[in-house]
Amino acid sequence: MGLNEVLIEAKALTKKFDDFVAVDQIDFKVYKGECVGFLGPNGAGKTTTVKMMYCFLPPTSGELKIKGFSVLTSSREVKAIVGVAPQEDNLDPDFSVIQNLTVHARYFDIPKAEAKKRADEQLKFFQLEEKACSPVTGLSTGMKRRLIFARALINKPLILLLDEPTTGLDPQARHLVWDEVRYLKKQQVTIILTTHYMDEAQILCDRILIIDKGKIIEEGTPTELIKKHIGREVLELDYDEKLVPQLKETFSGSRIEKLGDRLQIFTDKPHGVFDSFLAEYKPQNVSIRNANLEDVFLKLTGRGLREI
Amino acid sequence: MSQPNLRKSPAKFTIPKLSYRVWSVWRRNLDVFLKTIAVNFLPSLLEPILYLVAFGFGLGGFIQEINGQPYINFLAPALVAIAIMYGSFFECTYSSFVRMYFQKTFDAIATTPVSVEEVVAGELLWGATRSTINASIVLVVVVLFGLVTSPLFLFLPVFAFFGGLMFASMAMCFTSIAPHVDFFNYPSFLFLTPMLFLSGTFFPLTAMPQAVQAIAITVLPLTHIVNITRGAISGSVEPILGLNPEILLPISIIWLIAVTAFFFVLSINLMKKRLIA
Repeated sequence: MGLNEVLIEAKALTKKFDDFVAVDQIDFKVYKGECVGFLGPNGAGKTTTVKMMYCFLPPTSGELKIKGFSVLTSSREVKAIVGVAPQEDNLDPDFSVIQNLTVHARYFDIPKAEAKKRADEQLKFFQLEEKACSPVTGLSTGMKRRLIFARALINKPLILLLDEPTTGLDPQARHLVWDEVRYLKKQQVTIILTTHYMDEAQILCDRILIIDKGKIIEEGTPTELIKKHIGREVLELDYDEKLVPQLKETFSGSRIEKLGDRLQIFTDKPHGVFDSFLAEYKPQNVSIRNANLEDVFLKLTGRGLREI
Repeated sequence: MSQPNLRKSPAKFTIPKLSYRVWSVWRRNLDVFLKTIAVNFLPSLLEPILYLVAFGFGLGGFIQEINGQPYINFLAPALVAIAIMYGSFFECTYSSFVRMYFQKTFDAIATTPVSVEEVVAGELLWGATRSTINASIVLVVVVLFGLVTSPLFLFLPVFAFFGGLMFASMAMCFTSIAPHVDFFNYPSFLFLTPMLFLSGTFFPLTAMPQAVQAIAITVLPLTHIVNITRGAISGSVEPILGLNPEILLPISIIWLIAVTAFFFVLSINLMKKRLIA
């Protein structure tokens, strides 16, 4: 299986647009068969990094190698083994659903009969068989995303780049995409996924890179990151000024934050501590939940948060 | 941190590296064309017939012979030349812009082993093919009207491809700088329309002052296309600036080759700069 084979390696990778540094000296490695999530706020540099991986944007400096091939000097070799599902809809409206796959296959020099076979397989896999001969302009958003996904697989890529694959999808369509990602992981396809949805990253990714302002600010498995930055559980309740001193006392050593008109307490303390606090002070709209990646993300990227 | 190996400007001017893959882009456009062939075919067929009837027979009846030929025989080769010009120019402005800007087709193809240069080159070759198709349709009409007096006309479909490649390359330069689709009104009215009238198309250039003749032969590409289509269809070439055909035709051929090569390379570079930040 070659589990430790490095498929993607970035060293001091940098991309500048005029004076704006979109990606700033980042280093990372992706191993064969991994699903790695690139998380970050809008404009953090996720898509720019992905675009450099499929040789669309040339790096300004540093190094980026895909299976040992430099994106600068061996772009053909790189693009032959990479499948790309971009963020925006760039399906070809001049063609039907199945032609979008067969025409795309032709760019990879896949013979006609083989292209037809693969296209049929993909349409079946993505539940688009009935739409095979329909124009793409009439497809729903979810179907378009699935067709983009199917198109990215037409060259049987070693590495699949999914740039926000579920943005704008309804829950059914999201789950369908997730199932497909899980299936591909079983097939040992290496996957790079960018997303704003933390639940998605937590469910699908083996490893997370959190990017902000062009830099990788944290890296690890979802569980590691949650444990390291947040703790086990989060107690949420309506903000009440009077409760703050008691909270600080009861949960000493835990982080307490105000998010909008809610308070969040990130803690490893046993449940008994919660219960006695709740029984004594009866705060409003209480919920206790497991700490998740979103907590990590908001803590690290700091948007809209104010510590008290 | 190690010293970053700063590359020079990634968009430096280069001779494009092209492979057989340009044909997969060409093939995409051909497939789309064939899907809509009825819509594409009829106007190209109807237009030259209308021109020949209205200007050739109608207006031509009031016009004296030109170089010993009826007016309709003078006009016919120009219609082939105009078809060459419009065919690729509109394909590589409006149509290419729609594919690039609205449909993001170029971006999608660029994720495959086809390079951005090859995408643009494929578009240019397709534009040239549109010129060949349109010019060939006009040529068939001209033949059916019995207006051909030289066997050299058989070379014109091949010539139309190269003439079309020139207009395609010029068109693509405009596409590379077009901020929106309406922008193409400028080249259409400021470049194509003057050429349409001042390239020895509807009346002999020799009727114009020497200065206009000099401008036409220096900067209006259609003049050279008309020289060649007229030579191939009617066996005669207008003596622009008093030059005889033995000098004029080689000048036109060399002019066309040089200008095509220049704009072909320039347009690919400009498009690459636009597409790759």
